[in-house]
Order: sequence, then C-alpha cells, then structure tokens
Amino acid sequence: MAEQSTPPAAPAAGHTARAEAAKPADAAKPDRAVVRDSLGVGVAVGLSGFAFGVTSVGAGLGLLQTCALSLLVFTGASQFALVGALAAGGNPFTAAAGAFFLGTRNAFYGLRLSQLLALPRALRPLGAHWVIDETTAVALAQPTRRAARIGFTVTGLTLYVLWNLTTLVGALGAEAVGDTDAWGLDAAGPAVFLALLAPMLRSATDRAVAGLAVVLGLGFLPVLPAGVPVLVAALAAPAVLWLRGRREDRR
Amino acid sequence: MNTTTVWIAIGLTTVGCYLLKLGGLLVPADTLERPLVRRLAALLPIALLAALTAQQTFSADGALVVDARGAGLAAAALALVLRAPFLVVVAVAVVVTAGVRALGG
Repeated sequence: MAEQSTPPAAPAAGHTARAEAAKPADAAKPDRAVVRDSLGVGVAVGLSGFAFGVTSVGAGLGLLQTCALSLLVFTGASQFALVGALAAGGNPFTAAAGAFFLGTRNAFYGLRLSQLLALPRALRPLGAHWVIDETTAVALAQPTRRAARIGFTVTGLTLYVLWNLTTLVGALGAEAVGDTDAWGLDAAGPAVFLALLAPMLRSATDRAVAGLAVVLGLGFLPVLPAGVPVLVAALAAPAVLWLRGRREDRR
Repeated sequence: MNTTTVWIAIGLTTVGCYLLKLGGLLVPADTLERPLVRRLAALLPIALLAALTAQQTFSADGALVVDARGAGLAAAALALVLRAPFLVVVAVAVVVTAGVRALGG
C-alpha cells in the first residue's frame, strides 16, 4: 500500500491528502514500478467510496441514485457536496452549483494532462472521465510520457472499479444499518472534506481563504436558502486575492 | 427527499463535472494559464471545502448547532495533525461522534 502517512509532496495543482504515494521518480522507471505506485493510490482511495455510499444513503438518497453518482460524476468532493446540499434541503440547482465549482479544479488538471499524455482526439472523451486529483498526481509524478500514460490508466481504472464497488457496499450497509446518525456516520462527510482540505492549507493566503469561507458559510447559513451559503463562501477566494493585491499595490 | 429533485441534481452535476474534465483536455493550453485564473482555481476548492466542513459539522435543518459531530471533527483534525492516513481520519470522526452520542452528547 502507498505510504499514506508521509507528508504530501509539493502539489502542483491543489491536491488531496489521498494522492500522497505519487513521488518523483528516476528517469528510467520500470513499468512495474509505475503500476505498483498507481495500484497503491487506487486501492487506498478507492476504498473511501465506502464512506460516500454510507453518507449518501444516510443523507436520504436511494441506492440507485448513490451508485449513479459514483458511476457518472466520479469526483469525490463534488459527490459529497451534492448529497450534503440535498440533505440540507437545497434545490437541485444550488446543490449542483456547489458540486460544479468544486469540480473546476479538474479542468486545470485536464489542461496539464493534455500536454503530458498527448491523448489521441478520439480517446479524450473517454479519458476525461478519469481526470481527477489522484490520476493527475500520479501522472505528473512520472518521468516519461509512457510512464505517465501507464500511471494515469492504471490509477484511473483501479480507482473507478473500487470507488464504484465500495460505494455500492457502503450504500447497502447504510440501508441495512438504518439510522446511520446513531453510528456517527453523518460525521464521515465533513471528515472527508477536512482530510481533503488539510494538505491544501500551505500559505497564509490559503488559511485566510479557509477562515473567511468558514465565517461566511456559517454566518449566512441561518438566513439564506440551503445550498446558497456555500456559494457565498466561495467568494472568499476572490475576496482574499483582491485584498492581497491591494496590500501589495500600496507597498 | 423528492426523487425527481435528486435526479435533476444528479443529471446537472454529471453533465457539469464531465464538461469541466473534458474542457481541460480540449481547450488550448494558454487559455487558462493566466496567473490570476490559476490562483483563483487553486483557492476556490479551499473556500468550498472549508465552508462545507464547517456547515456539515455545525448545522442541522438550517440552524447552527453544536453536537457530537463537533467532537468527531476535532478528533479527525487531531488525527490529521498526527499524519494519520485518509481512511483512519474518517474512521476516527465516525467512531468519536458515535461514542459521544452514545454517552448522551
């Protein structure tokens, strides 16, 4: 299994705690080593689909809906955000907007991967589905295009299969358990968010954005319709950037 | 929860998230490479994840509450500081929340 307890390597594009096994490698890296790294990441993260299955059914979604999300959306943070917003009574549009904004980082991953992998045009619509935190981290850590392609494919395949299987198992488990709150399973969603967030907080700017977002998210929660406060909180990012820019101008 | 509402949300999210992924692979490389856009793209998930963590820990039915989840998340934060693996962090939050609730918290 991947060395999960090591601190995250300097991330290139807003990483998750889950992609830590991807390390820079020597120029002549054997295919087997790439596959091993990829499987490590895929297995470790794929298993957390269980937490999603439990959370989604616990939030009130059906088994089919839960599995559809993992099969079709396949980007964890957006999935958790969507079921959380729906559980809080948000309308489908604000709920989907939150999930969408969380997914914007995948567009930037795709940008880097398109140069690195140089996929044929016909394969891009297929490959796009696997453009997520972990596949990007593994692919970017490889020394050659061949290794990057192997890393992307093996990580993507392993993750996709396991994420969907464990989603199903988690959803079935939650249905069997019934009252998931009594088992503390309603804490799984926010804990996943926290674990994703922690390695992203590297600079003072990062922490300022997080702090302001918490204040906005909680402050507007009692007064705005469900799902909207989190979108207001997203404004913490441009707000902090703007304030920082002004301060630098004054110097 | 209204089934149609949920399916609409699933449909919108599916299409939106897929187009984001595909868009990155298809657009010319320099479109999104402006420094400000990159900075914003890196900070946006931070804002969203921080707000979501806080909201899903300290709210119930549209009101702010402090309950067992707060203890669970505090324990998860401690696990993160101690560099625990991802799954352990989530498990710690669940177990501590369940424990505090069982004790009447």
